[in-house]
Amino acid sequence: MVSLKDVRKIYQMGSEQVHALDGVSIEFAQGSFWAIMGPSGSGKSTMLNLLGCLDRPTSGTYTLAGEDVSQLEDDDLSAIRLKYLGFVFQSFNLISQLTVRENIELPLFYQGWEPHECAARAIEMAERVELGDRLGHRPAELSGGQQQRVAIARALANDPRVILADEPTGNLDSTTGDHIMKLLGELHQQGKTILIVTHEEEIAAWAEHRLHMRDGLIDRID
Amino acid sequence: MTNISKFTRLVRLGIKTLLLHKLRSLLTMLGVVFGVGSVIAMLAVGTGASEEAQSQIRRLGSQNIILHSVQSQQDQTTDRVRMSIYGLTYDDEQRIRETIPTVRRIVPAKLIPHEARVGGRTMELRIVGTTPDWFDLVERELIAGRRLHQRDLATRANVCVLTERSARRLLATETILGNRIRVGSNYYEVVGIIRSETGGTAGGVQTPDQEVDAYIPLTTARERFGDIVMRRSEGSFERSMVELHQLVVEVDELENVESTAEAIEQLLRRFHPREDYRVSVPLALLRQAEATQRTFNIVLGSIAGISLLVGGIGIMNIMLASVTERTREIGIRRAIGAKRSQIIGQFLIETIVLSSAGGLLGIAVGVIIPQIIEYFAGMPTIVPMYAIVLSLGISVGVGVLFGIYPAIRAARLDPIVALRHE
Repeated sequence: MVSLKDVRKIYQMGSEQVHALDGVSIEFAQGSFWAIMGPSGSGKSTMLNLLGCLDRPTSGTYTLAGEDVSQLEDDDLSAIRLKYLGFVFQSFNLISQLTVRENIELPLFYQGWEPHECAARAIEMAERVELGDRLGHRPAELSGGQQQRVAIARALANDPRVILADEPTGNLDSTTGDHIMKLLGELHQQGKTILIVTHEEEIAAWAEHRLHMRDGLIDRID
Repeated sequence: MTNISKFTRLVRLGIKTLLLHKLRSLLTMLGVVFGVGSVIAMLAVGTGASEEAQSQIRRLGSQNIILHSVQSQQDQTTDRVRMSIYGLTYDDEQRIRETIPTVRRIVPAKLIPHEARVGGRTMELRIVGTTPDWFDLVERELIAGRRLHQRDLATRANVCVLTERSARRLLATETILGNRIRVGSNYYEVVGIIRSETGGTAGGVQTPDQEVDAYIPLTTARERFGDIVMRRSEGSFERSMVELHQLVVEVDELENVESTAEAIEQLLRRFHPREDYRVSVPLALLRQAEATQRTFNIVLGSIAGISLLVGGIGIMNIMLASVTERTREIGIRRAIGAKRSQIIGQFLIETIVLSSAGGLLGIAVGVIIPQIIEYFAGMPTIVPMYAIVLSLGISVGVGVLFGIYPAIRAARLDPIVALRHE
């Protein structure tokens, strides 16, 4: 279970304070599939950063897998990300000098897996996203859809509880985008909690729930 | 996963990343390559030169003090026929032997340049009239036969020991031992041959023996040649009377050498109003050579330090650029769950790989350059083992020192900002 309780995030912009999140409380049940929507500046990106343990709330409580992670030290946040979270980004964010297999292995490398275990797991994940024949390729040699699939394989490698996707189809055409959404849907079927940030209604339609943000507050849920 | 395999993986990753920009990595390394290379090369040349000087001095015997007779300036005149009397005397020898307790042995020598003849062959020899102790003080290998004996001295025997080179020149084809060479009107039987020493000067001191020596008993020399040496030059006729040309003093203990030299000088000063002798102390020269070497090493060390500093700054510059260039990669790694310390490790190891590779190349350069110098300039060079170990250590050190700041910069990046970086 992922839950936020009265979470605020205040940025200091010069002499002005910006309330990016102004007291948000919500629970995302284990195995649920959410789309977080809202216009730019609504606080959805801030929320994703907090949910992804890349940032700490100014106040409030964030509970992930039963643990209060709102004020952890940097190293502990890294450990939480490594253990519980998988990221999928709009611009894929693969490391260009590494091969497909090495990219997928990254979380395992940081978890301290033995090389042969890493390789076996990476191959399994690549096959899971139908890229078993592209292991030695570099990201630049793949299409956008393929790159995003590699990113999903990487996000899955450490068997996370929660997958956070930030506009995962934003850089893809609609057919490829649908393919990616289908893949995320399958992961949801298998019990992963999936939280995606998007501004496209068609993409949001894949999710079970839609959370609409406005001015740092939850506008409505449907 | 063990720490070692983690480490080797990081090293492999570092090498791989550096190979992506081969030219850039190579150019970045050059500072360290030339720094390390020049340090090793200079140390090799310096060590070679100093080893040679020191071994020359050591051959004089570090426990020895060598006294030479010299004709003092005021003594030289333009008189056409004149007898100059100067130098060390038999009395000096006796006084030193009897009054200075730290003297273990004292070996007198008369040096007479003279032509020697065997059959049709002639050669300018340096006849050295001395005592058997000579061969102990001036350690030289006996190749054949025997050295001079006390009995030769007592009987004023007509025997000689030749150096290898005089023997080769005079008795090229004949059997050497037992053969006789003629000096003046006398014949001397060759009883032994000793290894030639490449003569020359070590730190300004003439070595006691030379390549073209013929050693005969001192008593024989005194009887045959007397104490007066005549030399004819440009119409003038110069006679000089010198009892002993050289005294080699052996001191009992190494730590007494300098005080003994002092005592000998005081003693001689009393009996020689004109300074017609010279005292050389090989040990002092050795100390001086060591001091010179130390100074040399300090200068080299400073140059090395500066060149490695420059090399290190070059590496740091490139690593800082690399961190900026790879901001996004750092963001991705952090988002996935890499700790700051792991990012530091990655960049630090990359820098160390770079500087160590530079160090290894530098060692290769530093070993090759002395070979070239030796081949073309004929200077002896020695690449000291410590120089190689030291350079490798220093190049790793440079990597750590100049890599730590860029690595910390990389680790401090905010992952959110880094991920947004284009």
